[in-house]
Amino acid sequence: MADYRIQQHPILPVSPRQSIQFYWQDQSLEALEGETISAALFANGIRIFGHHPKDGTPQGIFCANGQCAQCMVIANGKPVKSCMELIAPEMRLQPADGLPTLPETSSLPLMLPVEEMEVPVLIIGGGPAGLSAAAELGKMGIHVLLVDDKHRLGGKLVLQTHRFFGSTSAVYAGTRGIDIATRLEKDLRKYPPVEVWLKSTALAVFSDQKVGILRNGEEYVLVKPQILLVASGAREKFLAFKGNTLPGVYGAGAFQTLVNRDLVRPAERLFIVGGGNVGLIAGYHALQAGIGVVGLVEALKECGGYKVHKDKLARMGVPIYTSHTILSANGEDYVQSVTIAAVDEHFKPIPGTEKSFACDSILIAVGLDPVDEFYHKARQFGFNVFSAGDAEEIAEASAAIFSGKIKGREIASSLGYKTGGVPASWVRTGEILKSKPGETFSEELPEISNGVMPIIHCTQEIPCNPCAALCDRGLIVVDDSDIRQVPTFIGNQYCCGYCEMCVAGCPGLAITLVDYRSNSDMPVVSIPYEFTRKSITAKDTVTVLDTEGNDLGQLDVVGVHAIPTSDRTLIVQVQAPKAIARQIAGLRIQEPALTQPLDEYVEHIEDDTIVCRCERVTAREIRQLIRAGYRDVNELKTVTRAGMGSCGAKTCTTIIERLFREEGIASTEITAPTRRPIFMEVPLGIFAGQQAEEEKE
Amino acid sequence: MNPTPHYDVIVIGAGSVGAPAAFYLAQAGLKTLVLESAASVGQGSNKKAIGGIRATHSDPAKIQLCLRSIEIFSTWQETFGEDIEWYEGGYVYVAYRPREEKILKDLLVTQKSFGLNINWLPAPELLKIIPDLNPRELIGGTFSPQDGSASPLLAVHAFYRHAVQLGAEFRYNEPVTEIIVESGQVKAVRTPAGVYSTRCVINAAGPWAQQVGQLTGLDLPVRPDSHESAITEAVARFLHPMVVDIRPAPGSSNYYFYQHITGQIVFCITPSPNIWGYDCDETSDFLPMVSKRMLQIMPRLANIRVRRTWRGLYPMTPDGAPIVGRVKEIQGLVLAVGMCGQGFMLGPGLGELLARIVTDSLNPQDQIILDTLSPYRNFTGQELLK
Repeated sequence: MADYRIQQHPILPVSPRQSIQFYWQDQSLEALEGETISAALFANGIRIFGHHPKDGTPQGIFCANGQCAQCMVIANGKPVKSCMELIAPEMRLQPADGLPTLPETSSLPLMLPVEEMEVPVLIIGGGPAGLSAAAELGKMGIHVLLVDDKHRLGGKLVLQTHRFFGSTSAVYAGTRGIDIATRLEKDLRKYPPVEVWLKSTALAVFSDQKVGILRNGEEYVLVKPQILLVASGAREKFLAFKGNTLPGVYGAGAFQTLVNRDLVRPAERLFIVGGGNVGLIAGYHALQAGIGVVGLVEALKECGGYKVHKDKLARMGVPIYTSHTILSANGEDYVQSVTIAAVDEHFKPIPGTEKSFACDSILIAVGLDPVDEFYHKARQFGFNVFSAGDAEEIAEASAAIFSGKIKGREIASSLGYKTGGVPASWVRTGEILKSKPGETFSEELPEISNGVMPIIHCTQEIPCNPCAALCDRGLIVVDDSDIRQVPTFIGNQYCCGYCEMCVAGCPGLAITLVDYRSNSDMPVVSIPYEFTRKSITAKDTVTVLDTEGNDLGQLDVVGVHAIPTSDRTLIVQVQAPKAIARQIAGLRIQEPALTQPLDEYVEHIEDDTIVCRCERVTAREIRQLIRAGYRDVNELKTVTRAGMGSCGAKTCTTIIERLFREEGIASTEITAPTRRPIFMEVPLGIFAGQQAEEEKE
Repeated sequence: MNPTPHYDVIVIGAGSVGAPAAFYLAQAGLKTLVLESAASVGQGSNKKAIGGIRATHSDPAKIQLCLRSIEIFSTWQETFGEDIEWYEGGYVYVAYRPREEKILKDLLVTQKSFGLNINWLPAPELLKIIPDLNPRELIGGTFSPQDGSASPLLAVHAFYRHAVQLGAEFRYNEPVTEIIVESGQVKAVRTPAGVYSTRCVINAAGPWAQQVGQLTGLDLPVRPDSHESAITEAVARFLHPMVVDIRPAPGSSNYYFYQHITGQIVFCITPSPNIWGYDCDETSDFLPMVSKRMLQIMPRLANIRVRRTWRGLYPMTPDGAPIVGRVKEIQGLVLAVGMCGQGFMLGPGLGELLARIVTDSLNPQDQIILDTLSPYRNFTGQELLK
């Protein structure tokens, strides 16, 4: 059977693991020890995990985050969420077709009283914000309990293979997300007062000011904190289009989880919807994992993400369709193609502009919403509560790290510790890190034809300064008081030390070095490269491109090397005619053939735009009710069941809001849905204090 | 300014009682207005109800009303078309101790005397009906096969839609601020949006009945008790009846659960002591308490995943029976309050009765019901079976 595992990765280590046997519908397959059931299935090319009880539609992975129940399978007779449960030797898996049968139990389990405890500070979420808040508090000797639902700390940082933007002095800029996670964790472990519970999901905040936590996935505990910090991050917005629940359509977070955590290739040909940083970065991660990226659509005129991210993707050969939208995901049981169209100024598709592309996965990256329900409930219930990171305001992870640090300080003050308060400089740094991209300037290439100097292909104001920190001669300058300035090389072609650290260390892969010293007509250009070493060797012919991805011609590689500070970024050197040398910004990674549209566009006739994927409620049903005068989302829920499913209305809420907007209804006319606990479905036995059963056959 | 619109009858509250009442009033040809403070139908206590419907009560009034409700619920789909998720799964009251066995068996005598289809089943028989009951120490239980369940949300919505089709008007986000009474006769009702003229007002305000009563100087003995409930994921059908365990335990005087037609298990407790007031904020006590009790009688439930919890208000009266009837002191004022958590199952039968009260077309049987539920009764009695 085909193996959909990632065997080699330019950034992530692929360590050997014990292989184990399991069964899918009585067929014997191989899995790796310690991986999730969903990863094992994907690795074996199985992408349909069951069929929906309501309409028999195929179901597969969607959130890969334990929040929905789309990935449910029957494991040894018990319905489980395959993205959360680990595979076990000889495990027998069946698809979840229709309603699952509740397993029978032979005897009454031993039930103990629910453990209760009090802590000075409880932090929900061990991502960038939660970790740095905990460290800040731990530093002062304050006892903190930090809970996180994953197997390791770091939140979404652990899925990020790229170097981070931001400030080198404040937030580890220039370091890869995965390594920032490790550093933050290491930092945290220095402080014994910080207690960490992994695999522990916060389920609800209650009016008696206790927080219900599922500890280690198996035990319910009630924690009463003096102060609660909600650092629970963000969730992805979803989108309504035809075929939007076909297996193969999922969020960027799910995709990154499958690729960068589980090390499986869930796709061969990916199409991306959304040109924010999340979509752009996911595209880059796909290419690094050996997955083709057929294209990316963005409804706005420009991508909202950092220009360097966009340029990087364009240079690697990914077409970016701005002012375009997705019309449909097409396919029988799984995505086989995507249809897109250009949009007018009102974001309406323009007939006649439809195009389709063959692809097997569609990634939705159309923005994030704060996971802030705990915060709001806690406020309502009179907790002393704070929020940090994306749970407070959506921004980059660098901003979340800093916001956590600030909140840590504020919490310490609130507990009565003498902290001197939050310094004004922190507040300013925090604001800078949160800022959206500013002005974009046109690229000005220096006029030189001898010596050696870096060319900075970075023309947009974003909070980022590793290049300035890396230049040991201090020749690259980003104003320390406002790192949003674009960097300037203040030297000339005779003072650069040719260390290439800026080339390897720029998070945007936006610096090259042009060396005219040995041949002023054919200078050597050093280009950063983050793919496997095997994928490129001297004498290969490569297509070189300018900053925006325009083809500058084909050149031979003269060398591939790393420098001591490379950290997995390679430097590829080409010898280029001087006319184009300064323009070269990158190498094409994927061939144009992959990204060609189909001869004819695929028309999607079926009206299957789903709003509530758990209960299979269509956009048409919701629109009809809105047109019939419904203004109370609770009533929509009553009549259609939208929002009553297993994900707890986490996916449909924003789509319903959008449908109201599209129907021209003012938000003041709409009654918002009531939010109720619990955050994630948990077996009744766990609330009953049931003790873990012995493993038995 | 627009002339004050006139209605034959104004119902206060578009909930489990008000919506069916509006339907039957409109069906009787009355120009009907329903005033509701929430944004849509059923947003007060109706949507908090878990959907159990039984006629197996202990007093004749509720038995008669609920028998009629069951007829309406069970035939709704064939009569009106909408699926309101009626399911005739029956009710089982379990006895694991002689004390409960005695209570249930004593009650059975009364219930049988009213002609109810309910029987005592010893443990082996009961286990045939509910194979997943914990057999240990199970003595037996009562089984009433014709009781069942429906979706409160869908049912109240169906009544609402059909009431509207018959000409009833519903105004939302309009809390009643004044009931205008002149010379002992209801004249009009005022809300922040306007004044509506009428000679007949029905107080169907559920947990807020007391406040609405005070608009006319009445001190109705209705006060809300807050119960907590939850619902699970959906699984294939394995349980047919509602299971009720009336053993008191710390925190709860009883609890009950059933498998809704969607496959979800819905469950609820009666708090002990009562939690008086309007607080519907979730507490940390509920899930650990109820789950232990449920697992004890049905260990199989250990693996079902809880999806959502909430609290709802039971508008209680001192004797556990509703207060229904005309107010003698104020002409045109009718009470349909104090449903004690049974508004959903009483609603359709009560709706018909309210239409007969308003149109002065009561039958002899109605009189028996109204005597039992009279606002002027002596409230010292105790409900036998909650």
